[in-house]
Amino acid sequence: MAVTVWAFYVFAVTAIGAGLLVVLSRNPVHSVLWLILAFFSSAGLFVLMGAEFIAMLMAIVYVGAVAVLFLFVVMMLDVDFAELRGGMARYLPLGLLIGLVLLVELGLVFGHWTVSENADALRVAVTPDRAEAHNTAALGELIYTRFIYLFQAAGMILLVAMIGAIVLTLRHRTHIRRQDIPSQVLRSRSEAVELVDLRPGQGLGE
Amino acid sequence: MPTKAGPEPGLHEWFAWLGHREGTDGSDGMTGFFETHLGIFLIVILQCLLMTAFVMISLLFLVYGDRKIWGAVQMRRGPNVVGPWGLLQSVADALKYVVKEVVVPAGADKTVFLMAPLVSFVLALMAWAVVPLSETLVISSLNVGILYIFAISSLEVYGVIMGGWASNSKYPFLGSLRSAAQMISYEVSIGFIIIGVLITTGSLNLVDIVLAQKGDYGLFNWYWLPHLPMVVLFFVSALAETNRPPFDLPEAESELVAGYQVEYSSAPFLLFMAGEYITIWLMCALTSILFFGGWLSPVPWLPDGLVWMLLKMGFFFFLFSLIKAVVPRYRYDQLMRLGWKVFLPLSLAWVALVAAFAQFGVLGGTYARWAIGG
Repeated sequence: MAVTVWAFYVFAVTAIGAGLLVVLSRNPVHSVLWLILAFFSSAGLFVLMGAEFIAMLMAIVYVGAVAVLFLFVVMMLDVDFAELRGGMARYLPLGLLIGLVLLVELGLVFGHWTVSENADALRVAVTPDRAEAHNTAALGELIYTRFIYLFQAAGMILLVAMIGAIVLTLRHRTHIRRQDIPSQVLRSRSEAVELVDLRPGQGLGE
Repeated sequence: MPTKAGPEPGLHEWFAWLGHREGTDGSDGMTGFFETHLGIFLIVILQCLLMTAFVMISLLFLVYGDRKIWGAVQMRRGPNVVGPWGLLQSVADALKYVVKEVVVPAGADKTVFLMAPLVSFVLALMAWAVVPLSETLVISSLNVGILYIFAISSLEVYGVIMGGWASNSKYPFLGSLRSAAQMISYEVSIGFIIIGVLITTGSLNLVDIVLAQKGDYGLFNWYWLPHLPMVVLFFVSALAETNRPPFDLPEAESELVAGYQVEYSSAPFLLFMAGEYITIWLMCALTSILFFGGWLSPVPWLPDGLVWMLLKMGFFFFLFSLIKAVVPRYRYDQLMRLGWKVFLPLSLAWVALVAAFAQFGVLGGTYARWAIGG
């Protein structure tokens, strides 16, 4: 599988390099474009792991929807690039410190990481045999058949959150003119056009 | 195609199969070579080149056909000077685009500016990797084929946004924002329409989707009949997704000059145009595959084959072109209203309906042909 090994290194190096450039590039729009490349490469990595469905979802959801929103926001913002560059030098020590703390924490956690003996067996137990069903069917089976109620509950929570956000930002403005498409389509000529016999020099006389 | 014992083939199996097939065909010294990774790689490259050649050559005639059809609608002759019946007009135009000077605006972000048309062209071509022209004429019979196409077409919006932003000019930016919002909106309804077809087929593989439409009644076995309302919705969404009239608001000459393409000239402009036409051609192919049986013959006594696929794609392109000539442009708020308030609820309701039909075996299992699971 030399081809897949090569492909892995290409995708992995691209993902890490693009991730680095997200942070380093000075223009925020370029940052988002690098972020898109990073997402895309990780989708490639998922394909190599045999998880085509997740890879495609990665491309559709993260690259096709989330990153577009990022890009919109960043493009619309009025960003002062010079000021941003000044901030980089000022906050660098703090950022490095936070990174260091996180690294130490990760090290501590993994140093004392113990895996329950039957954890692997439990994890495999829910997965259908990969020789029998490819991963789209396997995921469908898990999400929509075995754990349908949990999945629906998660969906419900998201729906409620979305409705909450809409309710919070919704405002009814009374004095603006709105379109009513059905009434526009259904109105007849007699309602819309009035023929008036006008004499020269007199106007409508209103 | 790889044999279908058990699950459908993934990429690994595909590579393995490629090597295997070449191994069994020949008996000379070349056999061994095509089993090596380099040999397989070369074969894949060759297949991709052939598909690209098909797309690019049809592109030339699509542009020509487009102009001829508008000409006919407007009682003109259309291109008729270069070559017999003006057939070589597109070649001449392409050549002219290539040899012109590339003008990059002074305030533009040069890299992104030049990358945008490339992105939009390459992505448009990439989608063809999984499009089956007949049962065997397909580069990759991917088990998530339709999702792949959906993913690629959701990336295509970047060419437009990047182009509009990098031009550093007002009209292109406005045009690109419009276009992005429009493409994202209609992708949602296209996604739901595709889900309906997927439920009926029980597979995401485009070859399977076509094969599931095979039956004794010819064209009455195809999905256009059980999914009739969605055919119309899909076609209109395809028009909006490819920014074709009556939904060509990103260009909207009267308001935005030419939208995101204003600052482009020469080869970059050619790439944008080519990308647009390739996407339209892809949408024609998708319409035939999803609803009109792909390469299947409309009557049982004629053999299936590539020619049917091409005829169907050509017919849908004719419709695309005719609509451009006869329908006036939508207003932007009407476009958004149509997408979100009409198409989205309709397609969502249809998904629920089809799911119920499939589950309860309505019409003798018309809605659950290759259903897997329960």
